[in-house]
Amino acid sequence: MSLSLRVALRRADFSLDVNCDLPSSGVTAIFGRSGGGKTTLLRCIAGLERVGHAHIRFNDRVWQDADQFVPTHRRSVGYVFQESSLFAHLDVRGNLEFGLRRVPEQQRRVRLDEAIAWLGIEALLAHRSAQLSGGERQRVAIARALLSSPQLLLLDEPLSSLDEASKSQLLAQLEHLRDQLSIPMIYVSHSLGEVMRLADQLLLLDAGRVQALGPLQQILTRTDLPLHHELDAGTVLDAVIEEHDPEYHLSYVAISGGRLAVGMQGLPPGRHVRVRIDARDVSLALQPPVRSSITNVLAARVVELTADRDAAQMLIKLAVGGDAVLARVTRRSVAQLGIAAGSSLYAQIKSVALMNS
Amino acid sequence: MTSADLVALWISCQLAILTTVLLLLLCTPLAWWLARRDSRARVLIDALVSLPLVLPPTVLGFYLLILMGPAGWLGRALQALGLPSPAFSFSGLVIGSMLYSLPFVVQPLRDAFQAIGRRALEVAATLRASPMDRFFSVAVPLASRGAITAAVLCFAHTMGEFGVVLMIGGNIPGRTQTASIAIFNHAESLDYGAAHRLSAILLAICLVLLLIVYSINRRLRPAGTPV
Repeated sequence: MSLSLRVALRRADFSLDVNCDLPSSGVTAIFGRSGGGKTTLLRCIAGLERVGHAHIRFNDRVWQDADQFVPTHRRSVGYVFQESSLFAHLDVRGNLEFGLRRVPEQQRRVRLDEAIAWLGIEALLAHRSAQLSGGERQRVAIARALLSSPQLLLLDEPLSSLDEASKSQLLAQLEHLRDQLSIPMIYVSHSLGEVMRLADQLLLLDAGRVQALGPLQQILTRTDLPLHHELDAGTVLDAVIEEHDPEYHLSYVAISGGRLAVGMQGLPPGRHVRVRIDARDVSLALQPPVRSSITNVLAARVVELTADRDAAQMLIKLAVGGDAVLARVTRRSVAQLGIAAGSSLYAQIKSVALMNS
Repeated sequence: MTSADLVALWISCQLAILTTVLLLLLCTPLAWWLARRDSRARVLIDALVSLPLVLPPTVLGFYLLILMGPAGWLGRALQALGLPSPAFSFSGLVIGSMLYSLPFVVQPLRDAFQAIGRRALEVAATLRASPMDRFFSVAVPLASRGAITAAVLCFAHTMGEFGVVLMIGGNIPGRTQTASIAIFNHAESLDYGAAHRLSAILLAICLVLLLIVYSINRRLRPAGTPV
């Protein structure tokens, strides 16, 4: 089960040279700077762009090679465009039914009422797209794509034109869909925050070339990539809710290297969640701190030290249990504590963002 | 109002309806092609389609008459097939009117198709619509206002046509004499009363037609979009 991509494209101002296999399950994020070829690659997968030299295979079906080109309408892909793309001549219900009506009954995997409920668009059904806000339009566009029962859902920066409130609402709905549906998704983004919340795999695309491809945490914490120099560099860990402490309004989650206290969540124990730890929120100590305000202290081993973009700071990759965690500390502290690769120490984590999963 | 005037009016209406229907059918694929191709051939076809806008109607009518006459290749070809020559006949009027009103149908349709853009059709493709399906379920409804504009312009333009029908049709009462030619005849013979009556009827037809179109356009416009 995979999406195999061999795409070579050369234009005057731009080239794309991609050769990789994406797993056809979960969410694969394609991350990179604007103009790096993310959208073009997605359009090639959908068949909206016909590139001369391409070999694209989805599971056991060849979508494009030297001899054949399966047109978009026969690829059963859903596509959510960056900006509003609702049909102006139809109301919301008409838009939703457009794809649904074109799927044979026995192939339908999403019901109309399900899609409407997931995206919370009951109240909008009789509206025209001109009457909707940006966030509402994207919710309808996502529901419409799902209703065409795609085997692969392609999302091209669906949140980029939205305000912050709509963004976070839609992000939560996308998380929910990822967990509820077994439809593989490819999510193009230039927001690391969105990637950390949604992605299982990460593909870094730079100037039309694959810079890295792998599981999210592995790519986020690779020190040879520019990604971990980003201001909000960090890692994402899988965790399980253990118990709640109503008195202090905390929840405890288990990770491979211990347990973490996070802000209270109404989630049942046993529930799998992902937690995000930013490099700037991690400090280091040689001994377990006593009488400290920091609750989360984990035994860690130094894997690697690298220079940061800021000359005063260093990035340190730590092994915490089976997870990789990044810490951003000053060079002065590294020298004073004598931190080197292989050192055993304690990572103190100031704040942990818990992301529903 | 004489019965000859009524017949002339009826011929004008038949001519306008037939011309409009035929042109809409023929020009929709042409306009679709023009809207989506950007080639050298497009420039030439655009220019040819627009030619009747600038050409004096008498020039167009004259060339058509030569072409359709017994010595013209179209006339000869039709004669060889055993068909009557279209010169000085109703079918000749239809051919002339179609050429004369061509730009009034092609241009609004082409502009309407162009205004749809690529995105809506791409979306339809990702929702499993085949090219033909996309044309009828997305392009045509989104271009419907352009089609209405084209139909009205074509109808009104054909109703008011004078030079071309005079050259090709030859002003034969009951066969090729249209209302606009009848008005000219009345005015020339100083029968201003008859000219007045026929003119008023044409004026009323055109006004009612435009009222219908504008009210349809108002209803078709999605709420909230600017006029």
